[in-house]
Amino acid sequence: MRRLFAAFLILVICGGAGFWFLTAPQISPNSLPGTQGDPVNGERMFLAGGCSSCHAAPGAKGDDKLKLGGGLELKTPFGIFRVPNISPDPQTGIGGWSTRDFVNAMRDGVSPDNRHYYPAFPYASYARMKSGDLIDMKAYLDTLPAVSNQVAGHDLPFPFSVRRGLGLWKRLYLNNSPAIELATSNAEVLRGQYLVEGAGHCGECHTSRNLIGGPRLDQWLAGAPNPEGKGVIPNVTPGPEGLADWKISDIVYYFESGFRPDFDSVGGSMVSVQENMAKLPPEDRQAIAAYLKAVPALADAHEKPKK
Amino acid sequence: MIKHASLSLALAIGCLSTTAFAAENPIATRKAIMKSVGAAAGAGGGMLKGEIPFNPAVANLALRTMNAAAHSVGDYFPEDSKTGMETEASPKIWEDMAGFSEKLAKFKADSDAAAASKPADLDSFKAAFGSVVQNCKGCHEGYRVKKN
Repeated sequence: MRRLFAAFLILVICGGAGFWFLTAPQISPNSLPGTQGDPVNGERMFLAGGCSSCHAAPGAKGDDKLKLGGGLELKTPFGIFRVPNISPDPQTGIGGWSTRDFVNAMRDGVSPDNRHYYPAFPYASYARMKSGDLIDMKAYLDTLPAVSNQVAGHDLPFPFSVRRGLGLWKRLYLNNSPAIELATSNAEVLRGQYLVEGAGHCGECHTSRNLIGGPRLDQWLAGAPNPEGKGVIPNVTPGPEGLADWKISDIVYYFESGFRPDFDSVGGSMVSVQENMAKLPPEDRQAIAAYLKAVPALADAHEKPKK
Repeated sequence: MIKHASLSLALAIGCLSTTAFAAENPIATRKAIMKSVGAAAGAGGGMLKGEIPFNPAVANLALRTMNAAAHSVGDYFPEDSKTGMETEASPKIWEDMAGFSEKLAKFKADSDAAAASKPADLDSFKAAFGSVVQNCKGCHEGYRVKKN
């Protein structure tokens, strides 16, 4: 009996040690170029990333979109996430962060106090961004107004409340490889791929997920249920239920104006995405459109909602 | 007897005409109105994109169509039209009727002004049209749910 108990104890200790080892927050070892960040390119990345859509106050318009005090509640199947303050306020925002802290957060999903972030913060996409672009983005964020706003923590049920467990999720889904392999050397398409799969994090909503929230890469951009609960996020591959009938110029015009080829308008969460895209340089909209016509054409990955 | 019959007839006609008058199918009606706005946006957008040459009569038609829609579409969201016919109207319309009405009032005011401005050249049409169509996504952002 005593022996059995000892064996059990050893098992628990080994299991615990294994879990602890496997789930430790990891930071990519590569050093950062010591260059000064360029806030102009940083703003371009900020727009492509749509940071303000989540980090500005809900419903903010105009210049208020640059006040990144956080507080938006994301109600997901995993629980309620509260979007943090990323304004340069030193107490309640990220004003005290170094560029290294920022890059670690964006690319490795690790906080300055060495804890995992939940992937509601889409670092699994940002992991594909170049160091230079991240440094520039930090330089741009530093120019925005500081907002003093202490945001409460997330409300998550067990087991999602165990932050350390995210180390396992990251082992499965966090890496910097492209979401899909494209057999092309076309610079425009590759720029589009970089913007869509990285900063733009389009796949976070337009690609469906498995039970533990990992993206189904074989269903890349083929649509998904709306994470906010109602309706669907559309298929944006060149499949017949997706963008088959859209020309590249139609996609570009949609990002510029908010109008689809049938002159229905953009709606829902995509409105703020479109408004950010409209502020990008035209060659970036062109690149994104070229990429969307180059990805594998798929049927809808999601079921149609009941009528 | 004849008086009685004619009274019944009058009542019957009265009932019939009442049912015919109340929107039989508000969902179909508001969809048709929205489609007409889409067609007007297509004509206006075509001119802005340079796919259709600018024509003041077409510009007027587009703005007047949108104006008529702005004045009428709000009447077709009764409480009993929340579901059915694949409606993309968000439940938020009825939860927040005040916010929804505010969006409609802005659509009315902007399209009143644009229609009254009778744009005679492409540049003035661009400004008038732009101020009206920003209302499309202004309302679709919070009050429409895409289903396909």
